[in-house]
Amino acid sequence: MIRRALDLIGQYFILMRKVFVKPDKMKIFLKQVWSEMEKLGLTSIAIVAIISFFMGAVITLQTALNFTNPLLPKYYIGLVARDSILLEFSSTMVALILAGKVGSNIASEIGSMRITEQIDAMEIMGVNSANYLILPKVIASVLFNPFLTILSMFIGIFGGGFIVAVTQVIRPADFIQGIQIFFIPFYVTYGIVKMVVFSFIITTIPAFYGYYARGGSLDVGRSSTNSIVASSIFILLFNLILTQLMLI
Amino acid sequence: MIEVKNLCKSFGEKAVLDNISAKFLKGQTNLIIGQSGSGKTVLLKSIVGLLDITSGEIWYDTLRFDQLNFKEKKAVRRQIGMLFQGSALFDFATVEQNVMFPLEMFSEMNEAECRERANFCLKRVNILNSNDLFPSEISGGMQKRVAIARAIALNPKYLFCDEPNSGLDPRTSILIDNLIQEITEEYQMTTIINTHDMNSVMEIGSNIIFIYEGQKWWEGNKDEIIHADNKELNDFVFASQMARTLKKYVTK
Repeated sequence: MIRRALDLIGQYFILMRKVFVKPDKMKIFLKQVWSEMEKLGLTSIAIVAIISFFMGAVITLQTALNFTNPLLPKYYIGLVARDSILLEFSSTMVALILAGKVGSNIASEIGSMRITEQIDAMEIMGVNSANYLILPKVIASVLFNPFLTILSMFIGIFGGGFIVAVTQVIRPADFIQGIQIFFIPFYVTYGIVKMVVFSFIITTIPAFYGYYARGGSLDVGRSSTNSIVASSIFILLFNLILTQLMLI
Repeated sequence: MIEVKNLCKSFGEKAVLDNISAKFLKGQTNLIIGQSGSGKTVLLKSIVGLLDITSGEIWYDTLRFDQLNFKEKKAVRRQIGMLFQGSALFDFATVEQNVMFPLEMFSEMNEAECRERANFCLKRVNILNSNDLFPSEISGGMQKRVAIARAIALNPKYLFCDEPNSGLDPRTSILIDNLIQEITEEYQMTTIINTHDMNSVMEIGSNIIFIYEGQKWWEGNKDEIIHADNKELNDFVFASQMARTLKKYVTK
């Protein structure tokens, strides 16, 4: 099993060496990056917005329900909800959601191209297929996903404010005070840096699984599932590493 | 011309190709025939460099292909066109974009010139008014023809076809065969076709190599194949009762 894991890691880095080279035609590459931003990024806005809104609301409600100590000021509920969203939800949770949505898309797209010989066709033409297919996705995600994180931060906090206004679990003024007090701008930077790293993971790992897919459609499906599992594990692992490096 | 000398290919312990030597001539349709699993696809993929060979030599005219580095192979590959068994058209692109793809990647033409060349190639393979359709929207025969158009877009010196007739009806198969032969003669390409379709063999086989259990078992042309007395070849070519009766009739 260790040998298999080392083989996979080695294969992954060999693929990355093929991916990160200068594209054959810069004009075509930029066109692809733009199209991938639309395909992987713009189409994720809705799901990120919906999930962020509801999760922001739930985080606020749960925080309010657990704040039973009368000595603690109520605005702390807003503060805790804000920091939970900034530090963890809008980067890690959104990345896990994108790993499912974007990751399966990438793995199945590239996997299907592999088993239908489209990648071989590119190689025969002299195209560096890894670079042509994977690099635009990586660049597009790394550039675009931090915007999804920022959007998620705003919508999450808005969701918290909305539920406070509807349920009156605390006074809206307390919530507003809470989301403004003791604000540490570095938390936003931290969230964005995490998302940049996670974006790299959720594009390269599924691309790797897709690129080396073998067999038929069942195998492509299996590759897609494996890629999501592996991406999720690496997101959580790097979440820990980055938190240790940046916050502690 | 393409030449392979003493080519061997193994997967682990299993030898798939054993000491194959052959010449594939320019301006001719060179056929590799053999049963499923005989090693003909491995031979074709080894020649184009999709598989690394175990030993032997592969020559593209005066260039020893198997000894070239990645960059040098890339340069040779720009002179190669390949037609895959399943066409391998890009799902993400329309018919026209598929044919324009190699032109945009490797030529210095602007978009209008690429489009013009793509349309010329599509017209050459009789694909008209389908430019904006996606591969999934056209028939299998049309897909093959689009794949041929894409393969010849850059005026390649070498054309490889892996079972060009698989999944096609006999009539469309003959059309595809004749198209490949016409293009080969017109552009003086070195064409290698991998097939087990006997209609193709009899129609366009100007130079035929029969692979049996990973070895070159027989070599000749479509006229010679009828009179060949090689048992394994006859068992393969004249497998059906009808073919055997025909052979008897012809050889009489």
